[in-house]
Amino acid sequence: MKHSEYLIAKPSKGSAGQTGLWRSFRPVYHVERCIRCLLCCFYCPEDVIEVHYHRFILFHYEYCKGCGICASICPEDAIEMVEEEE
Amino acid sequence: MVAGGDVSMKIDELPRRSSLLPGNPSCQGCPHAIGLKALSVLENPVLIIPAGCTTIIAGIHPKAAFNVPVLHVPFASAAAVASGLAASYRKEGVEASIVVWMGDGAADIGFATLSGAAVRNEDIIVVVSDNEAYMNTGIQSSSTTSWKARTTTSPGGKSEEKKDLAAIMLMHRIPYAATASVGYLPDFINKLKRASEIDGFRFIHLHSPCPPGWRFDSSKTVEIARLAVKTGAWILWEYSGRFRITSPSKPYKDGSKRVPLEEYIKTQGRFKGLSEEDVEEIKSKIEEQWKFLLAFEEIFR
Ligand SMILES: Cc1ncc(C[n+]2csc(CCOP(=O)(O)OP(=O)(O)O)c2C)c(N)n1
Ligand code: SF4
Ligand code: SF4
Ligand code: SF4
Ligand SMILES: [Mg+2]
Repeated sequence: MKHSEYLIAKPSKGSAGQTGLWRSFRPVYHVERCIRCLLCCFYCPEDVIEVHYHRFILFHYEYCKGCGICASICPEDAIEMVEEEE
Repeated sequence: MVAGGDVSMKIDELPRRSSLLPGNPSCQGCPHAIGLKALSVLENPVLIIPAGCTTIIAGIHPKAAFNVPVLHVPFASAAAVASGLAASYRKEGVEASIVVWMGDGAADIGFATLSGAAVRNEDIIVVVSDNEAYMNTGIQSSSTTSWKARTTTSPGGKSEEKKDLAAIMLMHRIPYAATASVGYLPDFINKLKRASEIDGFRFIHLHSPCPPGWRFDSSKTVEIARLAVKTGAWILWEYSGRFRITSPSKPYKDGSKRVPLEEYIKTQGRFKGLSEEDVEEIKSKIEEQWKFLLAFEEIFR
């Protein structure tokens, strides 16, 4: 690798490591209550909520910091924050 | 349709993938991380970032948290660097949206070059993501910190007035100025999009409640940003030839429709222990701000 190449930082997920380890509470999804308004995906600061097949949403727990914004913004209480064990 | 947002947009039509990648060092519930999602509406954005939390968020070499080009610059130079970059892009024929993403502290310290770039009507977008203090260095007051808010440099509550940065920028006679909020992302996205279709100096003042800095739980960032609007404490407006209060704030032109200010204040540790007189004083300051902006609406019709 050229020196100049090394000087340029490259876009990568996990620039601060596995930020999922920061979590004290984990968002748990209740598919039966979800109306697919997508507000949770839209406002998640970490951008770790994805929609699958236009049907249900999926959390990437590797980087989800457990901030709880998705749960507090959900109009249907379809996301519950559950305490992590250990 | 977007609850509490701009009703003219469907949420699944809005860009969602952020140019800020997951696993970055922002705190839980960080308002900058929410606001930065809106940049995906821009064509080929290039970010210029003076010192602040976003500098840290951008990542630790050799990893970068943004998947768009970022230029880290010293405080006072931000708008000047952007002006130079705009000139060189113009010369080289590069099509890009140059965005200065700065904090309120950077807007204080870099005000001379910010004002200069506005006067010269440089072809750049400036977003001030305002968390109402110098957060990255440990919550010092800035000129946009609210009156009576406690910070480490105002432990008894800030005694100076809050500066109306957006109105000051508007008075530079720039082609586009607006306020926005991380609680109403569709409104912010709309404004960025409109700004990107205009040439010249464009300014957006984004309200960004910060959990550790204002002392509230990380789950409440969006809720508190919305309360600021619903209580009338933060007013959303846009100027692009004509001045108007924009839709999330429109109902609150009528003071009787506003949520009581106490609902906003009690959510935040920085306002703990305010006296009743202080709260009344804040209410009258808010009333004054509404009068001022509604008069603007009359003048710039
Ligand atoms: C010339 C200079 N002075 C002081 C600092 C220290 N400093 C780094 S970030 C910061 C505060 C930035 O506050 P703001 O712009 O509001 O951004 P925030 O961290 O709140 O997002 C300060 C004072 C610096 N990096 N450079
Ligand atoms: S906010 Fe709630 S209802 Fe809306 S998509 Fe997310 S989980 Fe479903
Ligand atoms: S807890 Fe926070 S980071 Fe995790 S999915 Fe919800 S909003 Fe995103
Ligand atoms: S201190 Fe506030 S603005 Fe700074 S990274 Fe943390 S949450 Fe974001
Ligand atoms: Mg700040």
